[in-house]
Amino acid sequence: MQTIIIVDYGLGNLNSVANMIRHVGGRCEISSDLDVIAKAEKLILPGVGAFDRGMSRLSSSGIEEVLNKVVLEKRIPILGICLGMQLMTHRSEEGELNGLGWIDAEVKKFVFPNNSILKIPHMGWNKVELKKSNQLISTKDDEEQRFYFVHSYYVYAKNPNDIMCTTQYGHEFCSAFSHENIMGVQFHPEKSHRFGMEMMKKFIQI
Amino acid sequence: MLQHRVIPVLLLKNNGLVKTTHFKEPKYVGDPINAIKIFNEKEVDELMLLDIMASKEKREPNFTLIEQIAGECFMPLAYGGGISTFEQAQKLFSIGIEKVCLQSSAIENSELITKLAEHYGSQSIVVSLDVKKNWLGKYELYHASKAKTLSLNWKDYLSQVIVAGAGELVLNAVDKDGTLSGPDLELIKTASSISNVPLVAIGGIASLADIQAVIRAGASAAAAGAFFVYHGPHRAVLITYPKQDELKKLFD
Repeated sequence: MQTIIIVDYGLGNLNSVANMIRHVGGRCEISSDLDVIAKAEKLILPGVGAFDRGMSRLSSSGIEEVLNKVVLEKRIPILGICLGMQLMTHRSEEGELNGLGWIDAEVKKFVFPNNSILKIPHMGWNKVELKKSNQLISTKDDEEQRFYFVHSYYVYAKNPNDIMCTTQYGHEFCSAFSHENIMGVQFHPEKSHRFGMEMMKKFIQI
Repeated sequence: MLQHRVIPVLLLKNNGLVKTTHFKEPKYVGDPINAIKIFNEKEVDELMLLDIMASKEKREPNFTLIEQIAGECFMPLAYGGGISTFEQAQKLFSIGIEKVCLQSSAIENSELITKLAEHYGSQSIVVSLDVKKNWLGKYELYHASKAKTLSLNWKDYLSQVIVAGAGELVLNAVDKDGTLSGPDLELIKTASSISNVPLVAIGGIASLADIQAVIRAGASAAAAGAFFVYHGPHRAVLITYPKQDELKKLFD
Protein backbone atom coordinates (compact mmCIF):
# COMPACT_ATOMS: atom_id res chain seq x y z
CA MET A 1 0.00 0.00 0.00
CA GLN A 2 1.22 3.48 -0.84
CA THR A 3 1.93 5.91 1.96
CA ILE A 4 0.00 9.13 1.55
CA ILE A 5 2.12 12.16 2.34
CA ILE A 6 0.17 14.92 4.05
CA VAL A 7 1.97 18.14 3.16
CA ASP A 8 2.78 20.15 6.26
CA TYR A 9 3.32 23.81 5.42
CA GLY A 10 2.29 25.08 8.82
CA LEU A 11 -1.42 25.52 8.20
CA GLY A 12 -4.35 23.31 8.95
CA ASN A 13 -5.49 20.49 11.06
CA LEU A 14 -3.15 17.78 9.82
CA ASN A 15 -3.83 15.35 12.63
CA SER A 16 -7.51 15.08 11.74
CA VAL A 17 -6.61 14.10 8.18
CA ALA A 18 -4.03 11.55 9.34
CA ASN A 19 -6.51 10.16 11.84
CA MET A 20 -9.15 9.58 9.20
CA ILE A 21 -6.73 7.90 6.76
CA ARG A 22 -5.53 5.50 9.47
CA HIS A 23 -9.10 4.88 10.62
CA VAL A 24 -10.08 3.60 7.17
CA GLY A 25 -6.96 1.43 6.92
CA GLY A 26 -4.61 3.69 4.98
CA ARG A 27 -0.99 4.62 5.61
CA CYS A 28 0.14 8.18 5.88
CA GLU A 29 2.86 10.48 7.08
CA ILE A 30 2.74 14.18 7.86
CA SER A 31 5.80 15.83 6.35
CA SER A 32 7.37 19.12 5.39
CA ASP A 33 10.56 17.41 4.17
CA LEU A 34 11.22 18.30 0.53
CA ASP A 35 12.82 14.90 -0.21
CA VAL A 36 9.86 13.04 1.27
CA ILE A 37 7.41 15.14 -0.77
CA ALA A 38 9.50 14.71 -3.93
CA LYS A 39 9.40 10.92 -3.57
CA ALA A 40 5.72 10.73 -2.60
CA GLU A 41 3.41 8.42 -4.49
CA LYS A 42 0.30 10.15 -3.30
CA LEU A 43 -0.27 13.52 -1.66
CA ILE A 44 -2.78 15.45 0.35
CA LEU A 45 -2.60 19.23 0.48
CA PRO A 46 -4.70 20.27 3.48
CA GLY A 47 -5.05 23.78 4.80
CA VAL A 48 -7.14 26.15 6.85
CA GLY A 49 -6.60 29.88 6.88
CA ALA A 50 -5.79 32.73 4.54
CA PHE A 51 -4.80 32.28 0.87
CA ASP A 52 -1.69 34.50 0.92
CA ARG A 53 -0.39 32.95 4.10
CA GLY A 54 -0.76 29.54 2.48
CA MET A 55 0.97 30.53 -0.77
CA SER A 56 3.81 32.36 0.93
CA ARG A 57 4.48 29.38 3.17
CA LEU A 58 4.44 27.00 0.20
CA SER A 59 6.89 29.14 -1.76
CA SER A 60 9.27 30.18 1.03
CA SER A 61 9.61 26.58 2.21
CA GLY A 62 10.47 25.36 -1.28
CA ILE A 63 7.45 23.05 -1.22
CA GLU A 64 5.79 24.86 -4.16
CA GLU A 65 8.67 24.02 -6.49
CA VAL A 66 8.73 20.37 -5.44
CA LEU A 67 4.94 20.08 -5.73
CA ASN A 68 5.01 21.51 -9.26
CA LYS A 69 7.43 18.76 -10.24
CA VAL A 70 5.64 15.82 -8.65
CA VAL A 71 2.16 16.96 -9.59
CA LEU A 72 2.70 18.35 -13.10
CA GLU A 73 5.58 16.16 -14.32
CA LYS A 74 5.32 12.91 -12.37
CA ARG A 75 1.54 13.26 -12.23
CA ILE A 76 1.22 11.94 -8.70
CA PRO A 77 -2.40 11.88 -7.43
CA ILE A 78 -2.99 14.82 -5.11
CA LEU A 79 -6.05 15.82 -3.11
CA GLY A 80 -6.46 19.41 -1.94
CA ILE A 81 -8.75 19.97 1.02
CA CYS A 82 -10.42 23.33 1.77
CA LEU A 83 -7.69 25.99 1.43
CA GLY A 84 -5.56 23.27 -0.19
CA MET A 85 -8.13 23.09 -3.01
CA GLN A 86 -8.25 26.88 -3.35
CA LEU A 87 -4.44 27.12 -3.59
CA MET A 88 -4.57 24.91 -6.71
CA THR A 89 -6.30 27.71 -8.66
CA HIS A 90 -4.84 30.84 -10.32
CA ARG A 91 -5.78 33.43 -7.70
CA SER A 92 -8.16 34.40 -4.92
CA GLU A 93 -10.11 37.52 -4.03
CA GLU A 94 -8.80 36.89 -0.52
CA GLY A 95 -5.20 37.72 -1.40
CA GLU A 96 -2.68 39.23 -3.77
CA LEU A 97 -0.39 36.28 -4.45
CA ASN A 98 -0.72 33.93 -7.40
CA GLY A 99 -2.00 30.45 -6.66
CA LEU A 100 -0.40 27.22 -7.88
CA GLY A 101 -2.43 27.60 -11.08
CA TRP A 102 -2.90 23.88 -11.72
CA ILE A 103 -6.64 24.23 -12.31
CA ASP A 104 -8.20 26.90 -14.52
CA ALA A 105 -10.19 28.48 -11.74
CA GLU A 106 -10.38 31.46 -9.41
CA VAL A 107 -11.51 31.88 -5.82
CA LYS A 108 -14.27 34.36 -5.05
CA LYS A 109 -15.82 35.66 -1.87
CA PHE A 110 -19.38 34.82 -0.90
CA VAL A 111 -21.29 38.09 -1.06
CA PHE A 112 -24.85 38.33 0.19
CA PRO A 113 -27.05 41.37 0.80
CA ASN A 114 -27.02 42.81 4.32
CA ASN A 115 -30.52 41.57 5.10
CA SER A 116 -29.71 38.05 3.93
CA ILE A 117 -30.28 35.18 6.32
CA LEU A 118 -27.17 33.54 4.88
CA LYS A 119 -24.21 33.98 7.19
CA ILE A 120 -20.55 33.89 6.25
CA PRO A 121 -18.68 31.57 6.61
CA HIS A 122 -20.70 28.81 5.00
CA MET A 123 -20.42 26.50 7.99
CA GLY A 124 -22.01 23.11 8.50
CA TRP A 125 -23.30 20.11 6.58
CA ASN A 126 -24.40 20.48 2.99
CA LYS A 127 -25.12 18.17 0.08
CA VAL A 128 -22.97 17.80 -2.98
CA GLU A 129 -24.37 17.11 -6.42
CA LEU A 130 -22.22 14.95 -8.65
CA LYS A 131 -21.43 16.44 -12.04
CA LYS A 132 -19.23 13.74 -13.51
CA SER A 133 -17.92 10.28 -12.81
CA ASN A 134 -14.77 10.44 -10.76
CA GLN A 135 -12.51 8.46 -8.49
CA LEU A 136 -13.64 9.90 -5.16
CA ILE A 137 -17.43 9.66 -5.00
CA SER A 138 -19.37 6.76 -6.45
CA THR A 139 -22.01 7.85 -8.94
CA LYS A 140 -23.90 4.59 -8.53
CA ASP A 141 -24.82 5.41 -4.99
CA ASP A 142 -28.28 6.94 -4.78
CA GLU A 143 -27.83 8.12 -1.24
CA GLU A 144 -27.45 11.82 -0.68
CA GLN A 145 -23.80 12.78 -0.13
CA ARG A 146 -23.33 15.13 2.82
CA PHE A 147 -20.11 16.80 3.89
CA TYR A 148 -18.94 19.32 6.46
CA PHE A 149 -18.03 22.73 5.06
CA VAL A 150 -16.45 25.78 6.60
CA HIS A 151 -15.27 28.53 4.24
CA SER A 152 -15.91 32.14 3.26
CA TYR A 153 -14.52 31.91 -0.28
CA TYR A 154 -15.48 29.48 -3.04
CA VAL A 155 -13.91 28.13 -6.20
CA TYR A 156 -15.19 29.31 -9.58
CA ALA A 157 -13.98 26.75 -12.13
CA LYS A 158 -13.76 28.11 -15.66
CA ASN A 159 -13.69 24.75 -17.38
CA PRO A 160 -17.01 22.92 -16.75
CA ASN A 161 -15.27 19.60 -17.39
CA ASP A 162 -13.20 20.07 -14.24
CA ILE A 163 -16.25 20.36 -11.98
CA MET A 164 -16.76 17.15 -10.01
CA CYS A 165 -19.44 18.38 -7.58
CA THR A 166 -21.47 21.46 -6.93
CA THR A 167 -23.18 22.70 -3.78
CA GLN A 168 -25.81 25.37 -3.12
CA TYR A 169 -25.16 28.26 -0.77
CA GLY A 170 -26.95 31.35 -1.97
CA HIS A 171 -25.96 30.11 -5.41
CA GLU A 172 -24.35 27.04 -6.91
CA PHE A 173 -20.59 26.76 -6.49
CA CYS A 174 -17.91 24.20 -7.32
CA SER A 175 -17.46 22.09 -4.18
CA ALA A 176 -15.06 19.57 -5.74
CA PHE A 177 -12.98 19.49 -8.90
CA SER A 178 -10.75 17.03 -10.67
CA HIS A 179 -8.42 17.32 -13.60
CA GLU A 180 -6.41 14.20 -14.36
CA ASN A 181 -4.28 13.51 -11.24
CA ILE A 182 -5.32 16.73 -9.49
CA MET A 183 -8.34 16.69 -7.18
CA GLY A 184 -9.71 19.24 -4.76
CA VAL A 185 -12.60 19.32 -2.32
CA GLN A 186 -13.89 22.41 -0.53
CA PHE A 187 -15.41 20.37 2.29
CA HIS A 188 -13.63 18.38 5.00
CA PRO A 189 -13.82 14.63 4.30
CA GLU A 190 -11.79 14.03 7.48
CA LYS A 191 -14.70 15.46 9.48
CA SER A 192 -17.60 14.04 7.50
CA HIS A 193 -18.38 10.67 9.11
CA ARG A 194 -18.95 7.76 6.72
CA PHE A 195 -19.24 10.04 3.69
CA GLY A 196 -15.70 11.23 4.32
CA MET A 197 -14.53 7.71 5.20
CA GLU A 198 -15.80 6.41 1.85
CA MET A 199 -14.04 9.21 0.01
CA MET A 200 -10.76 8.61 1.84
CA LYS A 201 -10.98 4.88 1.11
CA LYS A 202 -11.43 5.68 -2.57
CA PHE A 203 -8.47 8.06 -2.54
CA ILE A 204 -6.34 5.35 -0.90
CA GLN A 205 -7.34 2.92 -3.67
CA ILE A 206 -6.44 5.23 -6.59
CA MET B 1 -28.99 23.87 1.05
CA LEU B 2 -27.00 24.13 4.21
CA GLN B 3 -28.68 22.28 7.02
CA HIS B 4 -28.82 23.84 10.45
CA ARG B 5 -26.48 22.11 12.86
CA VAL B 6 -27.57 20.34 16.03
CA ILE B 7 -24.67 20.13 18.46
CA PRO B 8 -24.32 18.09 21.64
CA VAL B 9 -22.32 19.94 24.30
CA LEU B 10 -20.24 17.77 26.61
CA LEU B 11 -18.99 19.15 29.90
CA LEU B 12 -15.72 17.86 31.24
CA LYS B 13 -14.79 17.71 34.90
CA ASN B 14 -11.82 15.66 36.18
CA ASN B 15 -11.69 13.35 33.13
CA GLY B 16 -15.41 12.57 33.35
CA LEU B 17 -18.45 14.01 31.63
CA VAL B 18 -20.92 15.90 33.79
CA LYS B 19 -24.12 17.86 33.32
CA THR B 20 -24.85 21.02 35.27
CA THR B 21 -27.99 22.94 36.18
CA HIS B 22 -27.73 26.75 36.03
CA PHE B 23 -23.96 26.21 35.60
CA LYS B 24 -23.89 24.49 39.03
CA GLU B 25 -24.34 21.05 40.63
CA PRO B 26 -22.30 19.00 38.12
CA LYS B 27 -23.63 15.44 37.95
CA TYR B 28 -21.51 12.62 36.48
CA VAL B 29 -22.97 11.27 33.24
CA GLY B 30 -20.21 9.10 31.82
CA ASP B 31 -16.85 8.45 30.27
CA PRO B 32 -15.91 10.89 27.47
CA ILE B 33 -14.34 8.39 25.04
CA ASN B 34 -17.32 6.10 25.32
CA ALA B 35 -19.70 9.02 24.74
CA ILE B 36 -17.75 10.17 21.66
CA LYS B 37 -17.94 6.68 20.18
CA ILE B 38 -21.71 6.70 20.58
CA PHE B 39 -21.98 10.16 19.04
CA ASN B 40 -19.83 8.96 16.11
CA GLU B 41 -22.21 6.11 15.47
CA LYS B 42 -25.12 8.49 15.59
CA GLU B 43 -23.37 10.76 13.07
CA VAL B 44 -23.80 13.98 15.02
CA ASP B 45 -23.24 17.22 13.11
CA GLU B 46 -20.57 18.55 15.41
CA LEU B 47 -19.48 18.30 19.04
CA MET B 48 -18.55 20.87 21.61
CA LEU B 49 -16.41 19.88 24.57
CA LEU B 50 -16.13 22.31 27.47
CA ASP B 51 -13.91 21.84 30.50
CA ILE B 52 -15.94 23.65 33.17
CA MET B 53 -13.19 23.54 35.78
CA ALA B 54 -10.08 24.66 33.89
CA SER B 55 -10.58 28.45 34.09
CA LYS B 56 -11.96 28.23 37.59
CA GLU B 57 -8.89 26.30 38.72
CA LYS B 58 -6.67 28.60 36.62
CA ARG B 59 -5.11 25.66 34.81
CA GLU B 60 -4.38 24.66 31.25
CA PRO B 61 -6.59 22.42 29.12
CA ASN B 62 -6.03 18.70 29.68
CA PHE B 63 -4.20 18.21 26.38
CA THR B 64 -3.65 14.45 26.78
CA LEU B 65 -7.34 13.73 27.25
CA ILE B 66 -8.39 16.19 24.53
CA GLU B 67 -6.03 14.57 22.04
CA GLN B 68 -7.49 11.16 22.87
CA ILE B 69 -11.01 12.51 22.39
CA ALA B 70 -10.11 14.32 19.13
CA GLY B 71 -8.64 11.07 17.78
CA GLU B 72 -12.06 9.47 18.06
CA CYS B 73 -13.99 12.34 16.46
CA PHE B 74 -14.93 12.02 12.81
CA MET B 75 -16.97 15.18 13.01
CA PRO B 76 -15.88 18.73 13.81
CA LEU B 77 -14.90 19.27 17.41
CA ALA B 78 -14.83 22.54 19.30
CA TYR B 79 -13.06 22.78 22.64
CA GLY B 80 -13.37 25.40 25.36
CA GLY B 81 -12.03 25.78 28.88
CA GLY B 82 -8.81 27.20 30.28
CA ILE B 83 -7.51 28.70 27.02
CA SER B 84 -5.72 31.90 27.94
CA THR B 85 -2.74 32.02 25.58
CA PHE B 86 -2.03 31.77 21.86
CA GLU B 87 0.28 28.81 22.47
CA GLN B 88 -2.44 26.81 24.20
CA ALA B 89 -4.81 27.35 21.26
CA GLN B 90 -2.00 26.45 18.86
CA LYS B 91 -1.46 23.18 20.70
CA LEU B 92 -5.19 22.42 20.59
CA PHE B 93 -5.30 22.96 16.81
CA SER B 94 -2.25 20.77 16.35
CA ILE B 95 -3.79 17.84 18.28
CA GLY B 96 -6.94 17.81 16.17
CA ILE B 97 -9.39 20.43 17.44
CA GLU B 98 -11.20 22.39 14.69
CA LYS B 99 -12.43 25.29 16.78
CA VAL B 100 -11.46 26.84 20.06
CA CYS B 101 -14.13 28.34 22.25
CA LEU B 102 -13.18 31.32 24.42
CA GLN B 103 -15.20 32.64 27.33
CA SER B 104 -13.22 34.00 30.28
CA SER B 105 -10.24 34.99 28.14
CA ALA B 106 -12.49 36.66 25.55
CA ILE B 107 -13.82 38.94 28.29
CA GLU B 108 -10.40 39.60 29.79
CA ASN B 109 -8.26 39.79 26.66
CA SER B 110 -9.97 40.51 23.33
CA GLU B 111 -6.57 40.72 21.63
CA LEU B 112 -6.31 36.95 21.93
CA ILE B 113 -9.42 36.61 19.72
CA THR B 114 -7.83 38.88 17.12
CA LYS B 115 -4.47 37.16 17.16
CA LEU B 116 -6.03 33.71 16.84
CA ALA B 117 -8.43 34.83 14.09
CA GLU B 118 -5.57 36.33 12.09
CA HIS B 119 -3.60 33.14 12.33
CA TYR B 120 -6.24 30.42 12.09
CA GLY B 121 -9.11 32.25 10.41
CA SER B 122 -12.16 33.54 12.24
CA GLN B 123 -14.10 30.35 11.42
CA SER B 124 -11.95 28.54 14.00
CA ILE B 125 -12.60 31.04 16.77
CA VAL B 126 -15.79 30.71 18.76
CA VAL B 127 -16.73 33.06 21.59
CA SER B 128 -19.19 31.92 24.22
CA LEU B 129 -21.54 34.59 25.51
CA ASP B 130 -23.12 33.53 28.74
CA VAL B 131 -26.17 35.64 29.47
CA LYS B 132 -28.18 35.65 32.68
CA LYS B 133 -31.26 37.57 33.77
CA ASN B 134 -30.92 39.73 36.88
CA TRP B 135 -33.66 40.05 39.52
CA LEU B 136 -35.34 42.72 37.41
CA GLY B 137 -35.45 40.38 34.42
CA LYS B 138 -32.77 42.34 32.56
CA TYR B 139 -30.19 40.37 30.59
CA GLU B 140 -26.61 40.64 31.81
CA LEU B 141 -23.29 39.23 30.70
CA TYR B 142 -22.17 36.44 33.01
CA HIS B 143 -18.56 35.55 33.78
CA ALA B 144 -18.85 31.82 34.44
CA SER B 145 -15.47 31.08 35.99
CA LYS B 146 -15.95 33.94 38.46
CA ALA B 147 -19.68 33.18 38.89
CA LYS B 148 -20.70 36.82 38.63
CA THR B 149 -22.45 39.13 36.20
CA LEU B 150 -20.62 42.03 34.57
CA SER B 151 -21.66 45.64 34.02
CA LEU B 152 -20.66 45.48 30.33
CA ASN B 153 -23.78 45.51 28.12
CA TRP B 154 -24.08 42.03 26.57
CA LYS B 155 -25.21 43.34 23.17
CA ASP B 156 -22.25 45.73 22.95
CA TYR B 157 -20.00 42.87 23.97
CA LEU B 158 -21.50 40.65 21.24
CA SER B 159 -20.66 43.25 18.57
CA GLN B 160 -17.19 43.81 20.04
CA VAL B 161 -16.16 40.16 19.89
CA ILE B 162 -17.28 39.93 16.24
CA VAL B 163 -15.19 42.99 15.40
CA ALA B 164 -12.29 41.42 17.32
CA GLY B 165 -12.49 38.37 15.04
CA ALA B 166 -14.93 35.80 16.43
CA GLY B 167 -16.31 33.73 13.57
CA GLU B 168 -19.04 32.09 15.57
CA LEU B 169 -20.92 32.83 18.77
CA VAL B 170 -22.33 30.47 21.34
CA LEU B 171 -25.22 32.11 23.12
CA ASN B 172 -25.68 30.42 26.45
CA ALA B 173 -28.84 31.19 28.42
CA VAL B 174 -27.52 30.53 31.93
CA ASP B 175 -31.00 30.49 33.54
CA LYS B 176 -32.00 27.68 31.18
CA ASP B 177 -28.90 25.50 31.65
CA GLY B 178 -29.82 21.91 32.49
CA THR B 179 -33.48 22.77 33.09
CA LEU B 180 -35.03 21.12 30.01
CA SER B 181 -37.60 23.92 30.30
CA GLY B 182 -37.49 25.26 26.75
CA PRO B 183 -35.14 27.81 25.15
CA ASP B 184 -35.10 31.57 25.73
CA LEU B 185 -36.40 32.58 22.30
CA GLU B 186 -36.50 36.30 23.07
CA LEU B 187 -32.78 36.28 23.85
CA ILE B 188 -31.99 34.29 20.69
CA LYS B 189 -34.05 36.66 18.50
CA THR B 190 -32.29 39.71 19.87
CA ALA B 191 -28.82 38.18 19.54
CA SER B 192 -29.30 36.79 16.04
CA SER B 193 -30.64 40.12 14.79
CA ILE B 194 -27.35 41.82 15.69
CA SER B 195 -24.95 38.97 14.82
CA ASN B 196 -23.65 38.62 11.27
CA VAL B 197 -21.73 35.44 12.12
CA PRO B 198 -23.29 32.04 12.85
CA LEU B 199 -24.97 31.90 16.24
CA VAL B 200 -25.25 28.68 18.22
CA ALA B 201 -28.04 28.81 20.79
CA ILE B 202 -27.81 26.70 23.92
CA GLY B 203 -29.89 26.38 27.07
CA GLY B 204 -33.23 24.76 27.86
CA ILE B 205 -33.73 22.61 24.76
CA ALA B 206 -35.89 19.60 25.65
CA SER B 207 -37.48 18.48 22.38
CA LEU B 208 -37.19 18.50 18.60
CA ALA B 209 -39.83 21.25 18.59
CA ASP B 210 -37.49 23.36 20.75
CA ILE B 211 -34.69 22.86 18.22
CA GLN B 212 -37.02 23.99 15.47
CA ALA B 213 -38.08 27.04 17.52
CA VAL B 214 -34.46 28.04 18.17
CA ILE B 215 -33.69 27.93 14.44
CA ARG B 216 -36.85 29.87 13.60
CA ALA B 217 -35.80 32.49 16.14
CA GLY B 218 -32.70 33.08 14.03
CA ALA B 219 -29.97 30.77 15.37
CA SER B 220 -27.76 29.03 12.81
CA ALA B 221 -27.38 26.03 15.05
CA ALA B 222 -28.93 24.55 18.17
CA ALA B 223 -26.81 23.05 20.93
CA ALA B 224 -27.90 21.12 23.98
CA GLY B 225 -26.50 19.16 26.88
CA ALA B 226 -29.22 17.62 29.02
CA PHE B 227 -31.45 16.81 26.01
CA PHE B 228 -28.80 14.47 24.59
CA VAL B 229 -27.75 12.78 27.83
CA TYR B 230 -30.87 12.48 29.97
CA HIS B 231 -33.85 10.31 29.34
CA GLY B 232 -37.25 10.26 31.06
CA PRO B 233 -38.61 12.10 34.10
CA HIS B 234 -36.00 10.64 36.45
CA ARG B 235 -33.14 11.84 34.28
CA ALA B 236 -31.61 8.46 33.62
CA VAL B 237 -28.39 8.85 31.67
CA LEU B 238 -28.86 7.74 28.06
CA ILE B 239 -27.02 9.23 25.11
CA THR B 240 -29.36 10.02 22.25
CA TYR B 241 -29.34 12.06 19.05
CA PRO B 242 -32.11 12.63 16.51
CA LYS B 243 -31.99 10.72 13.24
CA GLN B 244 -31.06 12.57 10.03
CA ASP B 245 -34.57 12.30 8.56
CA GLU B 246 -36.10 13.63 11.80
CA LEU B 247 -33.79 16.64 11.62
CA LYS B 248 -34.46 17.15 7.94
CA LYS B 249 -38.20 17.29 8.58
CA LEU B 250 -37.67 19.95 11.24
CA PHE B 251 -35.90 22.32 8.90
CA ASP B 252 -37.87 21.79 5.67
